[in-house]
Amino acid sequence: MIFFKLFYTFFKIGLFTIGGGYAMLPLIQEEVINNGWLPKEEIVNFIAVSESTPGPFAVNISTYVGSVLGGEFGILGSLLGSFCATLGVVLPSFIIILIVAKFYEKFKTNKIVAGCMTGLKPAVVGLIGGAILSIFLTVFLPDGYTLSEILKTAQTYISLAIFAVCAVLAFKKVHPIIIICLSAVAGIAAGYLL
Amino acid sequence: MRETFKKALQLFVTFFKIGAFTFGGGYAMIPLISKEVVENKKWITDDDILEIVAIAESTPGPIAINSATFVGFKVCGFWGSFFATLGTVLPSFCIIFIISFLLEQFKDIKAVQYAFEGIRAGVLALLLKAIVTMYKKCPKNLVSYIIMAASFILTALLDIPVLAVLIGCAVFGLVTSLMAERRAK
Repeated sequence: MIFFKLFYTFFKIGLFTIGGGYAMLPLIQEEVINNGWLPKEEIVNFIAVSESTPGPFAVNISTYVGSVLGGEFGILGSLLGSFCATLGVVLPSFIIILIVAKFYEKFKTNKIVAGCMTGLKPAVVGLIGGAILSIFLTVFLPDGYTLSEILKTAQTYISLAIFAVCAVLAFKKVHPIIIICLSAVAGIAAGYLL
Repeated sequence: MRETFKKALQLFVTFFKIGAFTFGGGYAMIPLISKEVVENKKWITDDDILEIVAIAESTPGPIAINSATFVGFKVCGFWGSFFATLGTVLPSFCIIFIISFLLEQFKDIKAVQYAFEGIRAGVLALLLKAIVTMYKKCPKNLVSYIIMAASFILTALLDIPVLAVLIGCAVFGLVTSLMAERRAK
């Protein structure tokens, strides 16, 4: 049952999202690919949409995945799919925070929590690094092409150029929406000119 | 009872606004929360905000949800949490739901496909920025670098499940920090 599976999967993801929405990326990638839910390219599209719409990244991406997967059962399926995924991702933090808020003083000085966090924070950075590498390969080395073929296509160099310009803009703190819009325009221009 | 309900409703409206107007998730919400909830409504204090950030960072779950739940609880208990969280989630839920439909409809159009070719490269740049920001928030010591490298290698190159790596790193962090403490004594 896809709806129960969505809820369960996103509950698990929510439970292990440490240090904010981006920490979900490696988990979502793994689940979506292992379950054969979507092609890798679509995950990158999801990230783009989640980045360029208001609201928490985690909620956006869960709603999106739920809606697309539930979509095979029509519009109500989509709605139910989004609902299950979003409820799943929100519920663990909701419950944990309720408990923590009640016992905050004890929680604050708990050595076990602090100890685990010293391991988890750098782990999340390493895991996201892995997720980024895999997205990089999806974008620049699509399945079914050899490296020499890819080095001969103009698309590769255009993507690299877009990536480089956007990276500079991102580190100059240009707003993500502007970056996404610019890269979309560049993509359309390149597509029609080539 | 009536008072609680009124406050919960106000929490819902406040967090709905915050959810609808913050881009980029959790951390972007903190200044807005502090403006609305501390300055305007005077429900909690600046110290509470610091507390909230500390907690949101050290518990699982998206920062946005953690903060909303915690503020709601401080203001009026369980129902406060419930309505604040619902308010935060609802705008994104509706917006994304609509967008997912539009995209399914338009995804076969050539221009949309070209746009996503470009966007994929742009997103990669945004992710790079995000990981650098997260890296800066990590402790800078040998243990931390080892964990970073190990978790990268284990998942990206050896295909070890992400959850196993997270649990392993939590245990490793716990053991090393307890050992460091014992040595300090």
